[in-house]
Amino acid sequence: MTDAEVPAIAAYGIVKSYGQVRALRGASFEAYAGEVTALIGDNGAGKSTLIKALAGVMTPDEGRIKLDGKEVHITDPVHATKMGIETVYQDLALAPDLDAASNVFLGRELRRFRFLHNQPEMRRRTAETFTELGVGVVQDMRVPVASFSGGQRQSVAIARAALWATKVIIMDEPTAALGVIQTAKVLELVKRIRDRGMAVIFISHNLPQVLEVADRIEVLRLGARVARFRQGEVDVERLIASISGAYTNEVAA
Amino acid sequence: MTITQIPVEEAGASFAPKRPPWRRMAGSPVMVTFLALAVIVIAFSVMAPGKFNQLDNFVQLAQNVSILTVVSVGTTFVIITAGIDLSIPGVIVLGEVFTMKALSLIQVGDVSAVDITADQIQWWYIVVAMLGGLLAGALVGAVNGFVVGYMHIPPMLGTLGTLGGSLGVALLLQNGVNIATYTLDPVASGRLIPGIPNLIPIAAIVALIGVVLLHFAVFGRHTYAIGSNVEAARRAGIKVERHLLKVYMLGGTAAGFAGFLSVAYFNTTSLSGHSTDNLQAITAVALGGTSLFGGVGTILGTVIGVWIPAVLKNGFVITGVQPYWQDVAVGIVLILAVYLDQVRRRSRNRR
Repeated sequence: MTDAEVPAIAAYGIVKSYGQVRALRGASFEAYAGEVTALIGDNGAGKSTLIKALAGVMTPDEGRIKLDGKEVHITDPVHATKMGIETVYQDLALAPDLDAASNVFLGRELRRFRFLHNQPEMRRRTAETFTELGVGVVQDMRVPVASFSGGQRQSVAIARAALWATKVIIMDEPTAALGVIQTAKVLELVKRIRDRGMAVIFISHNLPQVLEVADRIEVLRLGARVARFRQGEVDVERLIASISGAYTNEVAA
Repeated sequence: MTITQIPVEEAGASFAPKRPPWRRMAGSPVMVTFLALAVIVIAFSVMAPGKFNQLDNFVQLAQNVSILTVVSVGTTFVIITAGIDLSIPGVIVLGEVFTMKALSLIQVGDVSAVDITADQIQWWYIVVAMLGGLLAGALVGAVNGFVVGYMHIPPMLGTLGTLGGSLGVALLLQNGVNIATYTLDPVASGRLIPGIPNLIPIAAIVALIGVVLLHFAVFGRHTYAIGSNVEAARRAGIKVERHLLKVYMLGGTAAGFAGFLSVAYFNTTSLSGHSTDNLQAITAVALGGTSLFGGVGTILGTVIGVWIPAVLKNGFVITGVQPYWQDVAVGIVLILAVYLDQVRRRSRNRR
């Protein structure tokens, strides 16, 4: 964990305007393989916009995005997934009427004779991934995910990302709608995915949770990075100070 | 952090033990529809023994429902995307007209293939006629798919527009006059399987293609996904607009094929004879457990759903009840079926 390491994914000087609104004003961000990097900031700080740029949902007006040190131009979300970047969206993006395996493989179905799907194999590989990650929803692989609880659905969405990602997983407030025990399970899952060597980007408003799970913390304010911390060198008060603008350790660009 | 609820089973994160397949079947909408049909059949068999429950009667019934089956298989796909296709009557009639136009392109001696005698019929005349019907269906289906998929017009209004459009074009092409032909008669009245009119195996083949395409093909999986959560489908990389275009083309092609079959069965175009076919198809699909909200449905359910109104009508005629009661009965069954679907959804989404 040295700074000489090349970030798995990084963004430098990202600018994005929506009409009169400047959502990002030269924002930078770095995340490393095998680490959870939390991205925090107040509402309107530009977290979602920055994430959209990394996930290929939005193309920035200016700035560079680097994947393993090489500059890339991410044109759309499918392009991002092909490069090994998976996103777990806040609203989950699961099809409630399909079962877990169909959701995990949606849009990337394993095929037979080119046009048929290979459901047994998709079920098997989904169950395998769930077992590896310790996700406890494999008892009935045939029921639609609509009958799952919120935590189980979140686990399916995260497991899908884990199965496909080769480099980066972006999670947009993965615990926002969950109860205490479900949240603990999801955080466990996040750590397990990190330990598989993935760069995990974790957006959250819950600062104690961020301190618990994150190896690095980067703070956005008014569309630019204002502070970055390592695990253990910061507390909730200092995080609040940086979110509100009272503290910065970023050298002005 | 909000602590709204912690379901007890969360701690163990376990489900009830896996239900055996027959238990899963018992709760499924298809099973409910099948049981409803079985009850109706048994009731009429008791009320009119020796008349209703005869093999001949069931073969006749099967033939009567085969054209509607073909249409409804296509409609099932459309409704699973949370869409609807009101243009079916127009597409069927345009399919009939294109079938006739295709036949009239073939010259046999002094006349066109529309007016030839039975001994002059060649198998490829029939193929050309069929291609005409399929073409009409694919064309209107493509317009539907473009309007709904790419222009994002609500399917009910978009296909209402193409209903009028396609019906109008069909009437223009024929100057509003029906044309008769006996060239296609072997398609409907022939019996490749002894004792079984050809329409029945034709409908069965279409249903089988529907089953493969909906339940075993990636195409069907994406159809469900779009109806279930269109945003999830889009984010999963499914080209939603293009897929909707294909689904509406499929629905249209099925209706165009039904137009061809209709000419074969009635030996004439029937410009004003299909005006409620869209509602009949939607009724059959809904009775079969396909949700009008999208994401849920089966071809088997639709095939059973097609039978319920037909059996009711047939049974009322045989038992001497005014057949108009069929419309009342179908209305009640339809409302019950959709109500059941909603109750099921609500209880499922409560968690």
